[in-house]
Amino acid sequence: MIAAEGLEKRFPGFTLRVPALKAAPGEILAVLGPSGSGKSTLLMLLSGLLSPDGGTITREGPAVYLDQHPYLLERSVLENAAFGLRLKGVPRARAREVALFWLSRVGLKALAPRPARGLSGGERVRLALARALATEPKTLLLDEPTANLDPANVARVEALIREEKARGRAIVLVTHNLFQAKRLADRALFLLGGEVVEEGPAPSFFDSPEDPRTRAFLSGEMVW
Amino acid sequence: MNELVEITLRSLFVSGSATLLAALFGLPLGLWLGARARPQRLAASLLYAGMGLPPVVVGLFFYFLLSRSGPLGSLGLLYTVPGMILAESVLAFPLIAGFAMAGVAAKAEPVRRLVRSLGGSELQVHLTLLAESRRVVVAALAAGFGAVISEVGAVTLVGGDIRHATRVLTTAVVIETRKGELERAAALGAVLLGVTLLITAILVVFGEREAR
Repeated sequence: MIAAEGLEKRFPGFTLRVPALKAAPGEILAVLGPSGSGKSTLLMLLSGLLSPDGGTITREGPAVYLDQHPYLLERSVLENAAFGLRLKGVPRARAREVALFWLSRVGLKALAPRPARGLSGGERVRLALARALATEPKTLLLDEPTANLDPANVARVEALIREEKARGRAIVLVTHNLFQAKRLADRALFLLGGEVVEEGPAPSFFDSPEDPRTRAFLSGEMVW
Repeated sequence: MNELVEITLRSLFVSGSATLLAALFGLPLGLWLGARARPQRLAASLLYAGMGLPPVVVGLFFYFLLSRSGPLGSLGLLYTVPGMILAESVLAFPLIAGFAMAGVAAKAEPVRRLVRSLGGSELQVHLTLLAESRRVVVAALAAGFGAVISEVGAVTLVGGDIRHATRVLTTAVVIETRKGELERAAALGAVLLGVTLLITAILVVFGEREAR
């Protein structure tokens, strides 16, 4: 579970304010909004990569942030997958064993000995997911995990996200893809200019949004 | 033939020692500067300016410093191999530190984000960055070595091009050309080129090795 209250982060010329937010275990919260609305900043605050200027964040267990462009180490696929565990002091043999399990879950076991930098876009995202999941986080913070992926890879990554939801992880998913948000989300939050315009259960958020700006955004109008 | 081997080995020794000496101070400085969250503009400007140091000016500076009436004249290092190594290391230092800084700075933020997001400490950020900088280190060493093995101004002034004592490949090429021994000069030039390429290739192969 991850929750935030009265969250505030100030930058010159931009302030992000989130009065309340929660993703329960086994729940996916989709964060929507145009570029520059503060979605990635919100994820970094939730992960602890950025410190808020105000408000509180409650994390039940570790939360792992997955970058929009995941950095892969100049090592093998296996060493990348085992990296999070090695950081936690897990012995190399055990870390590799667990990493192999997660590589097989994301369909990359056959590539384990290969250099990670030769992977395709979809494989890179799946490897980053395996690396994050190997550390058994309670919360996954995903920043546009399927941006620039082809439909087959989008489907694979979405299937993994669903599986992890079913395993009880809380997931906060930033996405520009409204269809993806509809397919995956239990709750949705719309950010505009650093402010939360609307937040609620996915069915009512998508079918009968209350705020006219949310309606405009969901109907494909240019809102910023 | 024996003299060619002697000159080649001396060139390798002077350039290799100067590169190592410069790397001893330049690599930690470059890695530290590059890993900092806030860029150190003054230090970066000084290093980049240092990359353009004219070898002959550095040679002249060391000539004054090491000559009998100079502040370090009592050490007797003028026209010696150690004196040449000192001057060459000053030329290699900004190249090694500057390349290391620029390479590490490009990786610092994504590595920090990765390590911190997986629950790693700031120390682990730096250790990972160091491991990820293998290629950067190789490029820095290759740049430093390439610069000093191919320069002629500083080694001539500080070493004096004394036969069987301080003559290196670059100064030998100059001398043979002046004597009109163009074939010999060309052969020495070819050896210089071959040695430089070989050492760079070894460094690159070492840097390309992936951790398994």
